[in-house]
Amino acid sequence: MSSYEARFKVWRGDVGGGGLEDFAVEVNDGEVVLDIIHRLQATQAPDLAVRWNCKAGKCGSCSAEINGRPRLMCMTRMSVFDRAETITVTPLRAFPVIRDLVTDVGFNYQKAREVPSFVPPAGVGPGEYRMMQEDVDRSQEFRKCIECFLCQDTCHVVRDHEENKKAFAGPRFLMRVAELDMHPLDAAAESGLDRKSTAQDEHGLGYCNITKCCTEVCPEGIKITDNALIPMKERAVDRKYDPLVWLGSKIGRRSSQSS
Amino acid sequence: MPVVDRQEWDVVVVGAGGAGLRAAIEARERGARTAVICKSLFGKAHTVMAEGGIAAAMANVNEHDNWQVHFRDTMRGGKFLNQWRMAEHHAREAPDRVWELETWGALFDRTKDGKISQRNFGGHEYPRLAHVGDRTGLELIRTLQQKIVSLQQEDEKETGDYESRLKVFQECTVTRVLKDGSRVSGVFAYDRETGRFFVLEAPSVVIATGGIGKSFKVTSNSWEYTGDGHALALLAGAPLLNMEFVQFHPTGMVWPPSVKGILVTESVRGDGGVLRNSDGKRFMFDYVPDVFKEKYAESEEEGDRWYEDPDNNRRPPELLPRDEVARAINAEVKAGRGSPHGGVFLDVSTRMPAEVIKRRLPSMYHQFKELADVDITAEAMEVGPTCHYVMGGIAVDSDTAAARGVPGLYAAGEVAGGMHGSNRLGGNSLSDLLVFGRRAGWHAAEYAAEHAAERPPVDDTEIDAAAAEALRPFSAEVEEPASGPPENPYTVHQELQQTMNDLVGIIRREGEMAEALRRLAELRVRARRAGVEGHRQFNPGWHLSLDLRNMLLVSECVARAALERTESRGGHTREDHPTMERDWRRINLLCRLADPTGGLAATDPVRGQITLARETTEPIRTDLLALFEKEELVKYLAEEELYE
Amino acid sequence: MNSGGVQTGTRAAIAAPHLRTDRWWLAPAVTAAGLFAFVVYSTWRAFANAHYYAAPYVSPFYSPCLAENCRTMHAGPNADLFGSWWAISPAIIILIFPLGFRLTCYYYRKAYYRSFWASPPACAVAEPHKKYTGETRFPLILQNVHRYFFYAALLVAGVLTYDTVLSFRDEHYRWGHMGLGTLVFLANIVLIWAYTISCHSCRHIVGGKLKHFSKHPVRYKAWQFVGKLNARHMLLAWASLVSVALADFYVYLVASGVFDDPRFF
Repeated sequence: MSSYEARFKVWRGDVGGGGLEDFAVEVNDGEVVLDIIHRLQATQAPDLAVRWNCKAGKCGSCSAEINGRPRLMCMTRMSVFDRAETITVTPLRAFPVIRDLVTDVGFNYQKAREVPSFVPPAGVGPGEYRMMQEDVDRSQEFRKCIECFLCQDTCHVVRDHEENKKAFAGPRFLMRVAELDMHPLDAAAESGLDRKSTAQDEHGLGYCNITKCCTEVCPEGIKITDNALIPMKERAVDRKYDPLVWLGSKIGRRSSQSS
Repeated sequence: MPVVDRQEWDVVVVGAGGAGLRAAIEARERGARTAVICKSLFGKAHTVMAEGGIAAAMANVNEHDNWQVHFRDTMRGGKFLNQWRMAEHHAREAPDRVWELETWGALFDRTKDGKISQRNFGGHEYPRLAHVGDRTGLELIRTLQQKIVSLQQEDEKETGDYESRLKVFQECTVTRVLKDGSRVSGVFAYDRETGRFFVLEAPSVVIATGGIGKSFKVTSNSWEYTGDGHALALLAGAPLLNMEFVQFHPTGMVWPPSVKGILVTESVRGDGGVLRNSDGKRFMFDYVPDVFKEKYAESEEEGDRWYEDPDNNRRPPELLPRDEVARAINAEVKAGRGSPHGGVFLDVSTRMPAEVIKRRLPSMYHQFKELADVDITAEAMEVGPTCHYVMGGIAVDSDTAAARGVPGLYAAGEVAGGMHGSNRLGGNSLSDLLVFGRRAGWHAAEYAAEHAAERPPVDDTEIDAAAAEALRPFSAEVEEPASGPPENPYTVHQELQQTMNDLVGIIRREGEMAEALRRLAELRVRARRAGVEGHRQFNPGWHLSLDLRNMLLVSECVARAALERTESRGGHTREDHPTMERDWRRINLLCRLADPTGGLAATDPVRGQITLARETTEPIRTDLLALFEKEELVKYLAEEELYE
Repeated sequence: MNSGGVQTGTRAAIAAPHLRTDRWWLAPAVTAAGLFAFVVYSTWRAFANAHYYAAPYVSPFYSPCLAENCRTMHAGPNADLFGSWWAISPAIIILIFPLGFRLTCYYYRKAYYRSFWASPPACAVAEPHKKYTGETRFPLILQNVHRYFFYAALLVAGVLTYDTVLSFRDEHYRWGHMGLGTLVFLANIVLIWAYTISCHSCRHIVGGKLKHFSKHPVRYKAWQFVGKLNARHMLLAWASLVSVALADFYVYLVASGVFDDPRFF
């Protein structure tokens, strides 16, 4: 039960440039990194830009990189650090910076729009939906996602290769495709949309090399790789690399492309 | 003044929580070009924090449930102060609003026969809350968000532009509702990212900004809850209703200090958690008020049996309405029977196996593990009351959600008043968002269509005035050097929170509230001098300086109304007037801006900015009254009301 | 304008490719060392073409033995499918399958992409490659054939199970005996099966591909069981890798006469 002075390096700047700035700041028992950032705002740097909201790990706003690791600032307790350690806080490094710790996460909203929405089943009215718990379990896990975009930030496909952003939806939105494909009443197939093959053809599932960083950073503990991405890869295999189906679809697609 | 970007829309929705998004969906589906403005990123609104569920009498778990029972519970919870017509709409329409979510992709927890599962909650006679574990709010917001995206996808197919008919302006703040005479003409806003001002011209504006919790020190609310919508409505000339009713949720975290106030969901109690004091006693049995005596168990044994057999046993008193539980905890702590950090113990560890706790309360398990290093499957939580919800709000028409006196202005969700009376039941807010969000969007779109031919013009001078007001904090020092040094907005905010928490908190006294009003006046003068450094791009100090205006306005409303109402009812407890008075049941208190020209006469500490008016409510329709037993009505209604 | 990745011009200007302060390099280094050791060992043993049978034990590297130059193993896994033209070690024929299974395995892919190809070396640590196309094109698109290797691995595991049954004989092929080698083989076959069954493709095939578990209760149970094993896929991958090498090494020791298999009964 004591307070101490911690040393922080916080990235400050904007798209024109910037750098790590040193701060010495008081830390009290039970505090998290976001508390310290707020203390900096209140006492030393009133215009330090930071995005946050619920402060309870439920909204996914305060994503940043702490000592080089993508994390939620509100869920990173100060007690995990050594008191002598200098703690470095930077904005997410996969997205364009706006100012200080705030980045432009528009990439994610763009990708969200590119995933075709839930298709309600024909002839089933509101109130008539019947779904068994074991059938919704899988999609429910993915719907725990708080859209903090830490997985999108850490994924090397776009983090290390800006040029892949166009073709790759990122773990969060490939998981969204999986969520819909596993939804017991999604009628995409009936409407002519095959989420299994579009995962690969439209959303870049093939870029994923299942190195699991998305799963590692997920603050909700969602098994993104094992439960969403790999099952989608297997479903894509059903469609595209099953020799007979593959042959059939080759012929089928050629005729549908020409139309 | 710089040229301010202007755009034309049919309906502008301020706020992108459950109510705002539901309103936007409705307005767009009814053909209105709709813009949504929100302070946070799209999908991050405070609605995500709602845990327990959506109350709707679908009767999936208990077949006896119906809208009349839900209506009855809501009125009882609100101590009959509710706008009964709103409570009726709410109870009747909630099931449809929940079922509709399923058609948009929502995945609720299921019953054995594949229907939406429903759970018990405080004040609800039957298991009624549709839920997804303890993250129902997230499911709600995500479903609405994804519905909006799906509408945008439709628009893109037709027009080539995702945002042609429905656009979300995220991380933008509205500082003024603009008017043409008495009617709405649009909103003035700034982009938080760039600091750029812009105007959205529209005949209809829906306010759905949520609550006011950030005026209190211990609160479960996020930074967004600065009472913006309440203040916008006041400044636009609309009255606020019954602002004295502020709900303190009985169970917020009390330790560590940095998370003090963060919510511990009521489902913990609904699923079997019990409250104990430092003597290990289940003290709630001592706090069952007379009006609820017949409905609650008298012994621990009976309460425990209820979880298994609710038809033949009465529920445990841990599930009393929130105001009762909050006061009881407050009293226990005051009597010296509190926990080490000033709360009481909430225990599930001795009531359920660890596996069940982790499955049914995953985010609570997570929250305590991560934030407090407490394993709730092995030890009790420490909890205490936290400012959670404001029942008061913009006075609206029960059917159309139109704000009174300002044509074109609508309000839905927490920012609207009346629906919950003096106290809201858990689970009723999410259903409120959906029912009245839809109604607001519907009538806003209709109004906009009626006025499509003669759109209200937006006056340049009004824009200039709004811009000047928004830029004040950058020149605070220069403009009034004589009145004192510039103030740190963070300091002013902290003092405001302390004042409200200490003087207008759970238990209220006349002298303290008078003191609060005096301090608020001082703070108002100081807030005028709140100055900021740096520039307009994503500058949190500047944003806070602007929000201070709103928090001071609503705080004054709360304090004045609380001082006026000399009784205790629901979320308003007066130590000097501890009983509920039947004569006060018919009285609504309306707050209006003292200077309707909108000039904030901040330098006059005595007069204040708010005037109060009393209003007598419309009698409850007889068929609705008939839903209650006479003996019960006697406790709430005055003699003459009963004989009418 | 800087080059791509975290140094892209619009991103926060931070010179360091990463700011991690922990020992992020440790995991990939250990993985690389482990995999490398196995590759060296198995290459030596696969090409050795010797000391792979010591009745009643046959090395898992040489089972089933499919060429004419195989040693005759009494009632053992001999099947001369390739005839006399196959001149080099017969292990090469059959090892293609377990090798392919492990090479395309979702866990091993992660392991070698990270540790050998540094793509990425660790989370939020910049990778050294200019261009990245993942598994979208040849040759890595071939990773999608994993399930066919899984089917093959099932057959191989079946043969190894047969070999384990044979290990309940003594060196004179009489049934009802056990030695230390039998235990080694038992442990190995359990781990081989556990690893094979815990495969992601298997999880998909037994039930993961279904949309409605509620309509297939048996497959749902199977999927849940495989899922539990699958959560430990990495552990099983390593454990079975070590056990298969140990089983082979045990046979080598006995066959080369370094020591005698201690018999229990």
